[in-house]
Amino acid sequence: MLKITNLHASVEGNSILKGINLEVKAGETHAIMGPNGSGKSTLAQVLAGHDDYEVDQGEVSYLGKDLLELDVDERACEGIFLAFQYPVELPGVNNTYFLKSALNAQRKYRGETEIDAMEFMDLIGDKIKLLNLKDSLLKRPVNEGFSGGEKKRNEIFQMAVLEPKLALLDETDSGLDIDALRIVAGGVNAMRSKDNATIIVTHYQRLLNYIVPDYVHVLVDGKIISSGDKALALELEEKGYDKIIEESKA
Amino acid sequence: MKQESETEMLKEYAEQEYKYGFVTDIESETLPPGLNEEVIQFISKKKGEPQWLTDWRLKAYKIWLKMEEPHWANVEYPKINYQAISYYSAPKNMKDGPKSLDEVDPELIKTYNKLGIPLEEQEILAGVAVDAVFDSMSVATTFKDRLAEKGVIFCPISEAVKEHPELIKKYLGSVVPQSDNFFAALNSAVFTDGSFCYIPPGTRCPMELSTYFRINEPNTGQFERTLIVAEKGAYVSYLEGCTAPKRDENQLHAAVVELVALDDAEIKYSTVQNWYPGDKDGKGGIYNFVTKRGACRGNSSKITWTQVETGSSITWKYPSCILQGDNSKGEFYSVALSALKQQADTGTKMIHIGKNTKSTIISKGISAQKGQNTYRGQVMIKKSATGARNYSQCDSLLIGDQCGAHTFPYLDVKNTKSHIEHEASTSKIGEDQIYYCKQRGISEEDAINLIVNGFCKEVFKELPMEFAVEAQRLLEVSLEGSVG
Repeated sequence: MLKITNLHASVEGNSILKGINLEVKAGETHAIMGPNGSGKSTLAQVLAGHDDYEVDQGEVSYLGKDLLELDVDERACEGIFLAFQYPVELPGVNNTYFLKSALNAQRKYRGETEIDAMEFMDLIGDKIKLLNLKDSLLKRPVNEGFSGGEKKRNEIFQMAVLEPKLALLDETDSGLDIDALRIVAGGVNAMRSKDNATIIVTHYQRLLNYIVPDYVHVLVDGKIISSGDKALALELEEKGYDKIIEESKA
Repeated sequence: MKQESETEMLKEYAEQEYKYGFVTDIESETLPPGLNEEVIQFISKKKGEPQWLTDWRLKAYKIWLKMEEPHWANVEYPKINYQAISYYSAPKNMKDGPKSLDEVDPELIKTYNKLGIPLEEQEILAGVAVDAVFDSMSVATTFKDRLAEKGVIFCPISEAVKEHPELIKKYLGSVVPQSDNFFAALNSAVFTDGSFCYIPPGTRCPMELSTYFRINEPNTGQFERTLIVAEKGAYVSYLEGCTAPKRDENQLHAAVVELVALDDAEIKYSTVQNWYPGDKDGKGGIYNFVTKRGACRGNSSKITWTQVETGSSITWKYPSCILQGDNSKGEFYSVALSALKQQADTGTKMIHIGKNTKSTIISKGISAQKGQNTYRGQVMIKKSATGARNYSQCDSLLIGDQCGAHTFPYLDVKNTKSHIEHEASTSKIGEDQIYYCKQRGISEEDAINLIVNGFCKEVFKELPMEFAVEAQRLLEVSLEGSVG
């Protein structure tokens, strides 16, 4: 589904990613772990297409397409979803209306008919239960006045409605209490299938207790220094990043 | 990676075309440019006015001659030569006014169709009575019969002068006197047409009343005059829409609107103004210098101004309320968009005189490209206005880095038992907001529309349904091409 080859990227001239190689197949869940400033979030943003990140070198192929050639909204319509670490507030823009606009934009892109209001309400009714979100959040402006936990759950709620092929979760666990973490993880797990894939960017192992990854990659200073399965995450938790970095150098 | 910088986005803005910039080819009778007593007498005679009105105009002209054009507004424009403007233009082949839609010049009907207001269709479907003002003559008035049943008078003001002289004599200039300001004095001297609306006591006007104004002839000013009177316990909702063809010269539009609400009466006045804004260098476009004022003369009366201002190269407009009756209410909801090189200096005046009077001001200014947007508002609480309350909220939204937003709120409080609140904010459409929308699959252009509409929501919800949709579309058209 996704193949990243020797990817180098920078922000304002500062090189952040220094040769990432990663292959993600449909049905897989990958976790990218690493210390602060290692480039985890940058990787997520580069895949989503954020303007601030300059790709200096390398290739990214996604479903047979050159991902780097596509604009942000095209990537989204092609099924890439980024759950933001800091979801953005859109004052006055109704949450339901926003989500319906997004879904219809994607359906239009795929040549499908637009969903009408009734169908849409049915669809979100099911999904909102999954994330245990209050109905009242649907009527409020996007993320405005939401608590930190509500914002994160709202991200996963949007993901559940948009049903992406490749979901990128950027520090989705940060700022969540244990109950909210369970709910969010439950939402993500419910969506896992053999046809889609998930990349989880996280600092802590905690989330991976609930969303069990097939692969774990350790990203340090813009490079993946170690890859393994779930056990690697546990090892990281136990030993700390410094130790793993040391071992990888040895 | 494909990137669209904000500057590129806004460069595209310039290429946006004024959608309503077509000229209708109709033979018209136009007075040569210039203003003097003879011109005023000519207009008055053309309209078949009684002597008192001719005198009223001449008095206004004499006042105007002594006045100076005001320059306190935060706008810049070259000196206007008032002798270079033609003060009268009327479609020639309908000098006597059409008796029905069949008599209306088909070219005119086509114009209205282009504007999206097919009269025949509206007459049947929309349930909106339209008094269409084409330059200086009112060309078609629909639904008169149904309104007449209820005793509602809705007709061109020139007709009202003849048919209802007692009402005109009583109310004309009673809210905006001839001497009020430079442009009001000019309008009083040369006004050519406009609408008159009278709602009898205890009557709820059975439909939304609507006037479309359009300036067609080059070098003509449009000086329409609108007067709405709601008697005790009456209710009316009035919609005004404006467009003008695209021309290189600037055209002057100096209208006067007067509203009178008696005891327990309510008037809702909604405007969607889309005059030609000029080009990206500020060439051409309408100078929209308008005086709009409502008098809540009766107790518990209410006047609501709602405006969506997207056009004109310069807007100078402060729809105001004089809250004279006890417990009367004034409201002002405004969305003003300045893009290209447009300048808008707009706001309101709320003058609290009666006890327990209330006013609400919600102003949303949007600036894009090289647009300059100024909110200017005055809240005056007179000594007599015990228990008066005002709430003002002025928000500004900036798109790009070459535009400006300015806020000038004036407060003048003479009664200590009153309450005033003012909130203001300025924000920029963030790249992060656009990115967030795009990441969900929404295009850049739709993202901006979404954010702008969200910003304007509090005002749009005050507009009648069909107008709200139109206003939303208009903003979208005005922002069209603003992104790559």
